Amino acid sequence: MQRGQRAIFRAMEATHNNARARLAVDIGGTFTDLALDWRGRLFTTKVLTTVKAPEAAVIDGIRQILQLAAIEPVDLGVVVHGTTLATNALIERKGARTAFLTTAGFRDVLETGYEKRFEQYDVFMDKPPPLVPRHWRLPVPERITADGAILEPLDENAVAQLAAELQAQQIEAAAVGFINSYANPTHERRVRELLRDALPDLWVTTSAEVSPEIREYDRFSTACANAYIQPLMAGYLNRLSQRLGDEGIACPLFLMMSGGGLTTLQTAMQLPIRLVESGPAGGAILASDLARQAGLDEVLSFDMGGTTAKICLIADGTPERGRVFEVARMYRDLKGSGLPVRIPVIEMVEIGAGGGSVARVDGMKRISVGPDSAGADPGPACYGRGGQRPTVTDANLVLGRLDPARFAGGKVKLDPLAAEAALTRDVGTPLNLSAPWAAAGVSEIVEENMANAARVHAIERGKVIGRHTMIAFGGGAPAHAARVADKLGIGSVLVPTGAGVGSAIGFLRAPVFYQVVRSRHGVLADLPLDEINAMLHAMSEEATALVRAGASDAALTESRQVDMRYVGQGHELVVELPRRALQASDLPDLRGAFEALYRNSYGVTIPAQAVEVLTWSLTVAAPTATPDTVDETSFEETPAQPVGTRPLFDAQRGNAVDVPLYQRDVLPPGARIAGPAVIAEDETTTLVPEGWTARIDGRRYIAMDKGGSD
Amino acid sequence: MAQTDMLEHIQMQVMWNRLIAVVEEQAQVLLRTAFGSVAREAGDLSAGIYDPQGRMLAQAVTGTPGHVNTMAAAIDHFIERFPLDTMREGDVYTTNDPWMGTGHLFDFVVVTPVFRTGELVALVASTCHLVDVGGIGFSADGRSVYEEGICIPHCKLFDAGVLNETLLEVIETNVREPIEVRGDLLALVSCNNAGCARLIDMMDEFDLPSIAPLAEFILDNSRRAMIEAIGRVPAGTYRGTMQLDGYEAPVDLQLSMTVSADGIHLDYTGSSTASPFGINSPKCYSDAYSIFGLKCIVAPEVPNNAGSLAPLTVAAPKDTIVNPQRPAPVTARHVIGQMLPDLVFGCLHQAIDGGVQAESAGSIWVLAMSGAKPGGGRFNTMSVSVGGVGARPTKDGLSSTAFPSGVGAIPVEVTEAGTPLVFRRRELLTDSGGAGRYRGGLSQIVEIESRADQPFTISAATFDRIQNPARGREVGAPGVAGRFGLIDGETFQTKSLHTIPPGDRLFVELPGGGGFGDPQARNRDAVRDDVRAGYVSPDAARDIYGLEGTDES
Repeated sequence: MQRGQRAIFRAMEATHNNARARLAVDIGGTFTDLALDWRGRLFTTKVLTTVKAPEAAVIDGIRQILQLAAIEPVDLGVVVHGTTLATNALIERKGARTAFLTTAGFRDVLETGYEKRFEQYDVFMDKPPPLVPRHWRLPVPERITADGAILEPLDENAVAQLAAELQAQQIEAAAVGFINSYANPTHERRVRELLRDALPDLWVTTSAEVSPEIREYDRFSTACANAYIQPLMAGYLNRLSQRLGDEGIACPLFLMMSGGGLTTLQTAMQLPIRLVESGPAGGAILASDLARQAGLDEVLSFDMGGTTAKICLIADGTPERGRVFEVARMYRDLKGSGLPVRIPVIEMVEIGAGGGSVARVDGMKRISVGPDSAGADPGPACYGRGGQRPTVTDANLVLGRLDPARFAGGKVKLDPLAAEAALTRDVGTPLNLSAPWAAAGVSEIVEENMANAARVHAIERGKVIGRHTMIAFGGGAPAHAARVADKLGIGSVLVPTGAGVGSAIGFLRAPVFYQVVRSRHGVLADLPLDEINAMLHAMSEEATALVRAGASDAALTESRQVDMRYVGQGHELVVELPRRALQASDLPDLRGAFEALYRNSYGVTIPAQAVEVLTWSLTVAAPTATPDTVDETSFEETPAQPVGTRPLFDAQRGNAVDVPLYQRDVLPPGARIAGPAVIAEDETTTLVPEGWTARIDGRRYIAMDKGGSD
Repeated sequence: MAQTDMLEHIQMQVMWNRLIAVVEEQAQVLLRTAFGSVAREAGDLSAGIYDPQGRMLAQAVTGTPGHVNTMAAAIDHFIERFPLDTMREGDVYTTNDPWMGTGHLFDFVVVTPVFRTGELVALVASTCHLVDVGGIGFSADGRSVYEEGICIPHCKLFDAGVLNETLLEVIETNVREPIEVRGDLLALVSCNNAGCARLIDMMDEFDLPSIAPLAEFILDNSRRAMIEAIGRVPAGTYRGTMQLDGYEAPVDLQLSMTVSADGIHLDYTGSSTASPFGINSPKCYSDAYSIFGLKCIVAPEVPNNAGSLAPLTVAAPKDTIVNPQRPAPVTARHVIGQMLPDLVFGCLHQAIDGGVQAESAGSIWVLAMSGAKPGGGRFNTMSVSVGGVGARPTKDGLSSTAFPSGVGAIPVEVTEAGTPLVFRRRELLTDSGGAGRYRGGLSQIVEIESRADQPFTISAATFDRIQNPARGREVGAPGVAGRFGLIDGETFQTKSLHTIPPGDRLFVELPGGGGFGDPQARNRDAVRDDVRAGYVSPDAARDIYGLEGTDES
């Protein structure tokens, strides 16, 4: 693994002087997006995902993009890869025959979960079935207590017998999860050794290795999810690596993780669960990088695709990070309807609001949009592929925001009459609204839903949302960005180039880093500092070894954090720790930092109450590329030249109004556009509403400001 | 429709969505700042927004059914005590009176009037279960509400922006955990503040002088949707009965449900008189769970507000166990209250085509345990255990899942980290789900011992369905009855406090859910799958389900 990390560093370093090309590949459900950076020029393309053998589309796309850039495979310096394969295997339940070995008496933890219903009023709701059926959840006599003491030793004979059963049942992967293993993982490790000796071909995951944190259900669930996708992911990654070699691509391949960092092929095969949601993570990394380039302190990234919208908060160029994620939700917007995984993730809120989200009228005569999506097939009604239900894309078409002939670069011809008919039938008629009004209602509601999700997300984190700058990307966002910003009191929006393949571009900007997490519970005022410092030291060594190895001269950055709360509370706040051993004199400062965060979030503090600490995390990162600076003064502001007009429905006037239409790829830096206007490009459309002004900046990004016209 | 009307119609919908987001945000803030596992793990809290007439316009989805109607009703009592024309900007009101709030002393309701440019435009309210209210603590053993803790009548917590320190001191002096209690009260205040600020933002954004038109829009549409939903239930009067273990004596509940074009009326006439112990369910709480049961089946998608709730009414004679009068003890009101949806389902089953789910374990079992710690000192812990949910007319019941409560489990590792207790088993119980064409949800068995060389105790006050298991429907079998005691020792019979000697192990078997339909008609593959998984024993598969040719034991 050390050799691999050294390779990452060298490859990323090489890219700093643009000696060789960097390629990013993002496999999504419908499209595989590619982005290539060659001597400062960006090339992008999309190919259809080949679900049965995803590497086929990857290779096909690579051939196309190399041709586009007119370079050879040997010119590639690094390939960065992200994929929804891991997520899809969990959603579609297409993983391995997996067994779960657990403390005797606890084999149903996976099934009973949190023991609550996530939908209060739905008496027909079902809970997500566990990844491992009960007959493969195998009890092992052993017991460790909360302080790590061995109450009952591991029964090694029982493990040997289970190994025979695993073989008989043709089990491909096994997860091992014991109660309190976060405090003492020796029994889990011993079982792994015994299984490996008996069954060398079996993949084995231990719960303390994937997530050494208290709370048995979350930890066991994470371990099982990892085991479940491991044979599949390892097989795919091996095949991909082979095919790349066959193409003459000898440069290193790195994988994008859900936490926003890169890792080697080998780590990815060991901990494939860390690859879920890498696409959205790439989008957040892109927005973070843009925030750093533009010197923006507080950014809200708004990524709207075909099925969902993702919102992430970025402070000082760093996306907010978390450690819990829910994968494969049975009901898209309902917390608790999926499987919890505890891994480093970029904290974001994802709601069922995308271009394909379906609109309808409910029993209260309210327009509702999503969370279900028409997807790519049959797709929105206007695709003319048999979709009958009206979607957000249909609404945008009827409102005049989309050019029916140029959607997705002309690859999909849109049918405005089909969109109108669907909107009229499902929304207009029940509410006695004409088609454009129904469309305006759908658009307004989906924008309201996204704004509400963003607002609650920000408030839960003690942030004032109106101070943020929005960065909008993904095919759907630029059409809705200004209106969502309006609702949030945000006055400035940035739409980068290549917005339609934002995640892949983000992969090119991801840092190499590694995060280590440990649970160590105690009251802040009497922490055993020697013990804590020893633990932090070990964590630092582990993470540094993974990132540094060979990068002797690079100044790695390390950050340390701890989760704190008032004794008795159930939710923690994350407090930064100094990057050195803790001293007794730090403790009052830590309390102070916690209380400041608490006050910021909730307005009050509780001075007399003790504060406790729970989980410690430590991250080591290699340096990220320094932002390119663009000399903005060299671009003279000029009014932009429209290429025509577009009839845009105006809800204030109640009819369509011709507004200027601009073509993005011919707008020079410095070009200025006053709303209302539409800026079209192949992969998306930006709407500049009345009262907003757009300007093309030095990087050819669209910078929209509210009221900035004169 | 004229152009301006169309615009207004769309704006109304947007504002309605916004109001729901406002109360949800209020509840989320509360969830993160509340102390005590009941509020935070169980989400035993709620938030709502009201027009100046006191009509509830929106209620957070986060929260438990116990607050559905109680929150809607509580506001009227406040307005009666503090008329609108006496309310001033910066005022905050509170009470924990069980009959004026949400049914027991543990829940404090906090109300804040919202002022915009000096004018009262709305009210926001929130409630949550506090860590402690003094008295005998969380127990059904009180013989009157006076023993159960401190009761605060309607009071000003803030008066024109000034905190009522006297009131806080009185409360703090009367509870065991004064710091947490103060924290919870202030958390309620600040979550209301968040709601106020957001509402004013919305009125500014849409330039609304008043929310009255919005209120009419919400209430009219909701009421109409509810009436339409009720119209799909055949009119008539349906009757149901249910027997429960009760505390000192069995409890009989009787319900008649009358469905008409105007609404659904529930009447508990004939039910047992109030208990001398604290399992009585004040009317507001009985209403909440009764209406929750109705809404689940009749109109699950209609949001809770004064419009949708108005057509659903409940009557209960005074001094019955579902309408006890002061000073009856009420702390463990959920023991009776959380059983009411099953009784309502029993009536609806007669009315609804296809039927309604079988009975469930119902009220949650609160495992309140305490004892000595090995190194000195004592521990007190409250863990929650749940049984099986009744089978649905087209599906098996959910295993080991709270219903109707929204409570969730506390992880074993979390309980063990704070106590000397060791859970040796927490596992689904074979054959505990009532047999049927669709099987009832399985319950679980929990086994607990202590590492301390000292006994520990467990209070059994909330353990019901030991004598009266959850019944099946359409010849479906009942779920298994609850049971608890010492492994290799006695099975406990009474609801009192029991002692587990050092070295002994406590077992608790929760009640299972009832089955639906004839077990012989169950899909044979489903029976075989159940045997393979161990949900059903081979004997039961043969004897009850009539499965032939399997001998997997």
